[in-house]
Amino acid sequence: MFFTEDHEYIRDLAREFAEKELAPIAHEIDQTDTIPQRIYDLMADMGFFGLKIPEEYGGQGLDVRSYVCVMEEICKKSIAASLLMSSANSLSTAPILLAGTEEQKKKYIPGIASGKEIMAFGLTEPGAGSDAGSMTTRAVEDGDSYILNGRKCFITAAPIAQNTVIFAKTSPEKGSKGITSFIVDMSLPGVSVGKNEVKMGQHGVPVSDVILEDVRVPKSAILGEVDKGFITAMKTLSIGRIGVACQGIGISQGALDAAVAHIKERKQFGKRLADFQAIQFMIADMETKVNAARLLVYNAAYLMDQHKDVTKEASMAKYFATETALEVVSKALQMFGGYGYINEYPIERMYRDARVLTIYEGTSQVQQMVISGIVLK
Amino acid sequence: MNILVFIKQVPDTTEIKIDPVTNTLIRQGVPSIVNTFDTYALETAAKLKDADPSIKIVVATMGPEQAKEALKTCLSVGADKAYLVSDKAFAGSDTLATSYVLSCVAKEIAKREGCEFDLIFCGKQAIDGDTAQVGPELAEHLNYPQITYALEVAVENGSVKCRRETEDGYEVLSATLPAVVTVTKTAYEPRYASVKSKMAANRAVIPVLTAADFEIDTNLSGLKGSPTKVKKTFVPQKKKGGIKLQEETGVIAAEKLAAMLSEAGII
Repeated sequence: MFFTEDHEYIRDLAREFAEKELAPIAHEIDQTDTIPQRIYDLMADMGFFGLKIPEEYGGQGLDVRSYVCVMEEICKKSIAASLLMSSANSLSTAPILLAGTEEQKKKYIPGIASGKEIMAFGLTEPGAGSDAGSMTTRAVEDGDSYILNGRKCFITAAPIAQNTVIFAKTSPEKGSKGITSFIVDMSLPGVSVGKNEVKMGQHGVPVSDVILEDVRVPKSAILGEVDKGFITAMKTLSIGRIGVACQGIGISQGALDAAVAHIKERKQFGKRLADFQAIQFMIADMETKVNAARLLVYNAAYLMDQHKDVTKEASMAKYFATETALEVVSKALQMFGGYGYINEYPIERMYRDARVLTIYEGTSQVQQMVISGIVLK
Repeated sequence: MNILVFIKQVPDTTEIKIDPVTNTLIRQGVPSIVNTFDTYALETAAKLKDADPSIKIVVATMGPEQAKEALKTCLSVGADKAYLVSDKAFAGSDTLATSYVLSCVAKEIAKREGCEFDLIFCGKQAIDGDTAQVGPELAEHLNYPQITYALEVAVENGSVKCRRETEDGYEVLSATLPAVVTVTKTAYEPRYASVKSKMAANRAVIPVLTAADFEIDTNLSGLKGSPTKVKKTFVPQKKKGGIKLQEETGVIAAEKLAAMLSEAGII
């Protein structure tokens, strides 16, 4: 209903890649907190980093549904690997595609689409999470430059990024209407990154603070218009929501598949776990919710491809798919019993990997605000 | 240089199930794939093309209409052109008849493509039939030299040089071109398609060659041309898992084996 034959071919390709290349090493990625270079190279060669990016900037020029197909298949096996492509397709390039000049697009996007360069997205601060508008990072005009000071936190891939989009207050008195976005070269004097955060899950891609101390950036580094950065940030997050929603349905399906295989094998009291009604009812609930989540995600992606305003649809997809993921990984782990709590079983990793889904790129509570805000308008 | 790669669409034998009641193969729902060894043959050709982009790679297969799917897979991972050879007159061909048809097809494709094929690649065998006969027989029909079980293929000064797998190691052979090379499992895995190559392959129009389209004596193809008669097919009896002795030296393993046999009252 939502997909064409091309989408199915792309999904098959992603599934083959995920099963052959990611599944065997997902545990190793988690334990070593490193994604092997081979995976970056393969994903780049297959065109995954530039799926949604227009062809004129080195991407594949495909639609949101193609992106959904690949993200979902990859997340069944390794959410860590999905971060590489979601950042390239979404958080890294969306701000530039939304607000950048032609020159900026040509300069930065091809490197990201081909997997050669990484652009991080620096919005969150220690004191400004969901309330991004309360950020305190400052950018002060000084001749033909701006001087940036402040600290960003939880910045995905910051330690390995060549550039970061930094949001900073240029007119603090105007609140969120006084924020400007800049493309900041990470090698500039005054730019440093904090320690690699030890996260609960999603190991493999480093996350750290970005510290800006009297960083002088040229005015050509401004992305979009002065004081209009907050709109760019919100639009980017809105685009990113579909990616996190895909992570939700992908990891849910991965956990469900693992649980089903396990309960058909495992015997207690002389019967398979799958023969107990208590387990059967749990499976029915999981299957139903995963499918409901999937339909919300596919619907949002389809509408995005029709260029409709999908603010509410994307929020509902993200909200429901990620909350479902938490429920499904938890129930799946329950079916594994004590084994599920042991690190050698993939479900233990999935449980940790899923936890942040209801938090990043807009918490469930922010999604509820967005959804109800539109309904009650 | 031009390379013709013959492939076969086969059921994915890793997913084959036997009906426990009738003892026959359950074909329903078994996915079809490109024969594994043929994917290595194509990858070997693709690697030669990586080094010399002027190389043209054409793939062909004999089979029903659905074999186009296998050809599309090949188009997505390195092949430039694909042909399907399909006709009732070819149905039921054994290896001799198949290789005869393919030898005629090789000449026809050369004509249509306006080129000579310096190399004809095949997988060393198909994973469904396991005969390993079609490649060598094809070479005989064409009167080309052949190298089988190739692990590595290099082309230099008008000849092909291969590292060939043997029972206890390898040997290095060379042959003058044109030649037939059958490829075994190589050290490298076949490449993945990219989203773009996959989509382009999906849209490719694959020409179909029937018996009427090229020069062939249909008395030598299909059931008529097949001296092989299948007497009976059966499911091999499942063997119980044996014991594997893996000790530091052969002597220790032999001593352990002798002790076990003696304990069991066999010796």
